[in-house]
Amino acid sequence: MTDIKFHKILIFINSLVPLALLGWDAFFGNLGANPIEFFLRTTGVLTLLFLLITLAITPLRKYYGWNNLVKYRRMLGLYSFFYGFLHLVTYSIFDKSFSLSAIAGDVWERPFIAVGMLAFFLLVPLAVTSTNAMIKRLGGKNWARLHKATYAAAVLGVIHFWMIVKSDVFYPLLFGLILAVLLGYRIYAASNKLKKKLAANHTNNTN
Amino acid sequence: MIVKNPNEIKSSEITDEKTYLNRRNFIRAGLLAGTTLATAGVYRFINPPPPKEVVTAEIQNIIQPPDFRAEEKLNSFEEITNYNNFYEFSTSKTAVARRAENFVTRPWAIEVGGLVQKPKTFAIEDLLKFEQEERIYRFRCVEGWSMVIPWVGFPLKKILDAVEPLGAAKYVAFETLYDSAQMQSSFSAGIDLPYLEGLRLDEAAHPLTILATGLYGKLMPNQNGAPVRLVVPWKYGFKSIKSIVKISLTEKEPPTTWNIAAPSEYGFYSNVNPNVRHPRWSQATENHIGEYTRRPTLPFNGYAEQVESLYSDMNLKKYF
Repeated sequence: MTDIKFHKILIFINSLVPLALLGWDAFFGNLGANPIEFFLRTTGVLTLLFLLITLAITPLRKYYGWNNLVKYRRMLGLYSFFYGFLHLVTYSIFDKSFSLSAIAGDVWERPFIAVGMLAFFLLVPLAVTSTNAMIKRLGGKNWARLHKATYAAAVLGVIHFWMIVKSDVFYPLLFGLILAVLLGYRIYAASNKLKKKLAANHTNNTN
Repeated sequence: MIVKNPNEIKSSEITDEKTYLNRRNFIRAGLLAGTTLATAGVYRFINPPPPKEVVTAEIQNIIQPPDFRAEEKLNSFEEITNYNNFYEFSTSKTAVARRAENFVTRPWAIEVGGLVQKPKTFAIEDLLKFEQEERIYRFRCVEGWSMVIPWVGFPLKKILDAVEPLGAAKYVAFETLYDSAQMQSSFSAGIDLPYLEGLRLDEAAHPLTILATGLYGKLMPNQNGAPVRLVVPWKYGFKSIKSIVKISLTEKEPPTTWNIAAPSEYGFYSNVNPNVRHPRWSQATENHIGEYTRRPTLPFNGYAEQVESLYSDMNLKKYF
């Protein structure tokens, strides 16, 4: 087994640990007085956490030259989708008794639900196009363009978190700051690239 | 002269492939186990199990008036004492029990004043001398969850009668202790402290409104608002202010904490009302602690018959 393959297993197992503990505590009735709320909140936080880890791969790679990191990105992104899916399913079944009209009413009356739904549905095409075959079919450039939707999903996810909080915004703020750094890095890198290009054009023209 | 490369490794020193692979597998197994345990440790650190139950002393000679018994199943002591909104200690409902463990509630007194004939300070010992009644009430939080709780306490009216409100008094203002040495609230809690609440005088004098000194026959646990709190069962839970140190009769509607924080979300009245929407939580249904599907929320939390007449000439959508 190569190191990469082993590291993938390592990440796979570790990413399942929160779910395993949620399941364990649920089985023994140790999720607290309001188990549904706890499960909802925990899966929601995990969704955002994995989204942020996924978005940290590129900056780390570029800054430290850890190029192998990109090999783990797909799995981390899919874990974000997976926990987001559990979050939505828990909400739909337990909070809304699987009633589509109740869910629609909620989306209408409570903007934070609409924002969260939108964030999740942005992740769906990304999960669908995560296979090698799909990357080939779309072409690398198109695929990369499509997967920029991750940024929007992450921003909406943090807004969703911010809106559900009653008054203590500490955790949404923390997630928001980390996201700002991760997205800020990209803007900085893109503007640097643009500057270089302009500078190169300039020298070409004067010569 | 042949100089032997001192760094040359003798073939006898080379680890044979089998040992190498075994060692690598061993390291890998260790990494797998180690990181898994570390991740589990982080999870447990963030989500610690509830603290050990603190059992308070029994309250003596509790009477059980037949008018105030709910036919519903009671929530357990464990549920009631491990799911608390008490922002002075923590903004996490499951963290309050632990943070409030060392809360000192003796000596304690409530200062009652304002527009009254006879201002008076009641020590907690005085309050416990009033006839203690068991009141089984539904409790509905604005966050869309509810419980059934066997409170112990006595009507607030007894205090009001003792201080004799003046004719000009129209409202009653309440204040929670704020002791920053004992209460390490989050810097980001987002509400101004001390916590303030208020009722109209007729609401305060209503037979359902009590000062609660305990629950399940025992003195009030710290996390539930020891040693004495208000319970107004037809209003959202945040109106039932905890750990009271001051009661004041006023002419004007007093400022209240959540109304100051978000006036469009939390009105002064805050009667449980399934027809008034909230931007975060459904008020039409509730998650009853211990159940897995939501149940409909009743107007005035099921106490409409007793309290409706207080609001007969009011538009409750406007005065929510």
